[in-house]
Amino acid sequence: MKKQAKFGIGISVIVVSLACLAWLGYGESKTYYHTIAELQTLQANQLSHRMRVGGTVAPGSIRRFTGRVDFVLEGEGKSLPVSYVGSDPLPDTFVDKSQALVEGRPTDGRFVAEVVQAKCASKYEAAPGGTVATSSTATK
Amino acid sequence: MDVFGSFALILAFICAVYAFGGGIAAIITRHPLLVKSTRQAGIATCCLIFIATFSLEYLFFSDNFSAAYVVAHSNRALATFYKIAALWAGQEGSLLFWSFLLSIYVFSVLIAYRNKNGELMPYVGVILAGVQIFFLTLNNFVASPFKALAVPGANGALDLVARSDGNGLTPLLQYPEMVIHPPNLYSGYTGFTIPFAFALAALLARYPGEKWIHLTRKWTMIAWCFQTAGILLGAHWAYAVLGWGGYWGWDPVENASLLPWLTGTAFLHSVMMQEKRGMMKVWNVWLVFATFLLCITGTFLTRSGVVSSVHAFAQSSIGTWFVGFLAIIFAVCIIAYFKNSDYLKSENQLDAIVSRESSFLFNNLILLVSCVAVLSGTLFPVLSEALSGSKISVGAPFFNKVNIPIGLLLLFLTGVGPLLAWRKTSVESLKRNFTWPLIIGLLSDVVIFALGYREIYSLICFSLCFFVAATIVMEFYRGAKVIRVRSGASYLTSAIELTMRNTRRYGGYIVHMGMVLIFIGLAGAAFNQNVQKELQPGGSMQLGKYKLVLQSFDSKPEANYTGLRLNVEVFVDNKPLMMLYPERRIFETNGETGTMVAIYSTLREDLYVVYAGQSPDTKLPVIHAYLNPLVKWIWFGGVIVVFGTLVALLPNRRAVLVLSGAKQPTPEPLVHGMTPSVTYREGHE
Repeated sequence: MKKQAKFGIGISVIVVSLACLAWLGYGESKTYYHTIAELQTLQANQLSHRMRVGGTVAPGSIRRFTGRVDFVLEGEGKSLPVSYVGSDPLPDTFVDKSQALVEGRPTDGRFVAEVVQAKCASKYEAAPGGTVATSSTATK
Repeated sequence: MDVFGSFALILAFICAVYAFGGGIAAIITRHPLLVKSTRQAGIATCCLIFIATFSLEYLFFSDNFSAAYVVAHSNRALATFYKIAALWAGQEGSLLFWSFLLSIYVFSVLIAYRNKNGELMPYVGVILAGVQIFFLTLNNFVASPFKALAVPGANGALDLVARSDGNGLTPLLQYPEMVIHPPNLYSGYTGFTIPFAFALAALLARYPGEKWIHLTRKWTMIAWCFQTAGILLGAHWAYAVLGWGGYWGWDPVENASLLPWLTGTAFLHSVMMQEKRGMMKVWNVWLVFATFLLCITGTFLTRSGVVSSVHAFAQSSIGTWFVGFLAIIFAVCIIAYFKNSDYLKSENQLDAIVSRESSFLFNNLILLVSCVAVLSGTLFPVLSEALSGSKISVGAPFFNKVNIPIGLLLLFLTGVGPLLAWRKTSVESLKRNFTWPLIIGLLSDVVIFALGYREIYSLICFSLCFFVAATIVMEFYRGAKVIRVRSGASYLTSAIELTMRNTRRYGGYIVHMGMVLIFIGLAGAAFNQNVQKELQPGGSMQLGKYKLVLQSFDSKPEANYTGLRLNVEVFVDNKPLMMLYPERRIFETNGETGTMVAIYSTLREDLYVVYAGQSPDTKLPVIHAYLNPLVKWIWFGGVIVVFGTLVALLPNRRAVLVLSGAKQPTPEPLVHGMTPSVTYREGHE
């Protein structure tokens, strides 16, 4: 009994502390997925969440400024102006009409993104077929 | 050739169905001719899949642009090297490639054991055929790679056409790593089918003893080795090609490759408990089941698009097939387990908390916790949507918070576990084995702290690395010393002799040493720096001790792209060191761009320079430079891990018992009436 209890305590300590860490990490990094249309219907308190929004980059909308890149995402007939302020270069796949996933928070009518991921709609579809676990994280 | 290939696939399907159905009949009737014919059907299945795969490769090499798959993934100008890789560039081809690699394993198993293990092999054959049937169903009826190129004609019907040239392979895949990384990873995924089949077969057949574990040890290690190499090659590809300065981003598809690796690693360790002490039988069987299920899940995650990732998943109905297959395997495993669970009764119990057994137990526990954390993090968007209606994803902080402490705990156990005795370890042996390593580990921390590094996790990691390395070196030293005394050879020769006499144990130590090197590299990430600057010719930027000066930039038209190249000179202490040429490639055919990172890599750090693009206002190039300490150690450690695994696969040069006697000139102090059996002290045996 004593032996089993020791193991039990050891196991619980490990599992519980790792679970706590997981909870902390969850709180720090949880990100809500929303569509562009949903964004306009969100409550004020939901707008402070970190979120991810997907859409298609409107052709001709990409404008590069020092320290930020502005573009417009389109989806479901709505559009969303985005300012990318992250420090990493935008992925190579980020071009007009590419599908992009932006991560950040809406601020004053614009979406301020810290991360932009993109895939080229036309060509890239079949690309990672062979790469079951390759890591083509376009930007980080 | 396309008709030929698809015909071979259909025949393979029929043979596999016979191997499956006939195999079940053979198990029931035990008719020797039936047993033989189903085995041969299994072999024929594999050969037919080989033929189909070679047919598809032939289509690529003969530039046959009437085949849809070839048009989509190749063109005439594509280098031979990449025509091989084009095979797994898309959905249909990669599923065929899965079948192909699986067939290599199945073929080897069926041939190697054709006259052995008569009780077990019919079951193994049936299970392997079952897995093959699933993939052949996909190859034949869901995602055939041999479809002819067809376009809607004037009357609405599809017309077969041939194009003069194909679309070409996506530039992201045109790197040497992309030719070797997927086959490695796939070989890992498919390889775990073999231990799975043997474990399930042994359970179904109530096959006596631990024989299935002995039979599958090599296969498991081969699969594990490929999986490890595949993951690291993938990380290296991401690092060298994608240009974001990192090698691991907790992307769903990366995670998918890690999951079976975690359970596979746990399995490789916990089988020793079963071999030595007859414990953990249920656990082992479920670990190997879980590993196989995770391999299929990994393929499913990649193929189905259920979790969004930057990897453009082929969004297709294929996910449903995988879910169905997973459900069937899971059901079979559950039924087999409940039917025969009495067969898995443990023969021993845990004796003490400081023992080899408990170190394996904790090793398994934390590997499993890591696996659960990574799996739930990966599937979180799906789970949260199902439970609460809102789709929530978790990012790198979640994965890092859990997995960094887990990694450190594992590293600690890597050092401690192999030196603990089975059952119970005495205080004297603890002192003897760990005094020096502890001192070395702590001293290393003092030195690193004094050098000004304050990152807590990295400090712990470095001291553990030194601690573990010291325990491993001491093990080699002690063993080699004994041999040296007897043979008079040098320490190096003695150490090699020692390794060859017990490849499993010392190969295992070499793998552990490789993991230590990988951890050193990972710990370096805490000290990464980066800076981004727009430069005009002659302008410079400083990063760490390096000064980067942009000498000039030019654009050069090449065969199928235009290369925009920067000529960057690197100075250290105002002395010229070298030139770096980061480049952006614009591909004419589709307007895609590719980043060519320039890396100056040393053991101390990597200087990683990216041509990030042109400033829209000034049209000047923007350089993003990263300083990533110790990254090279990760790749170097990976090579050592693979080398160690290969050593562990070699047969022993001489009987182990002779060595054990020689290795332990002073017998272990007896504890609690334990018999002084050499096997108790034998490390990874």
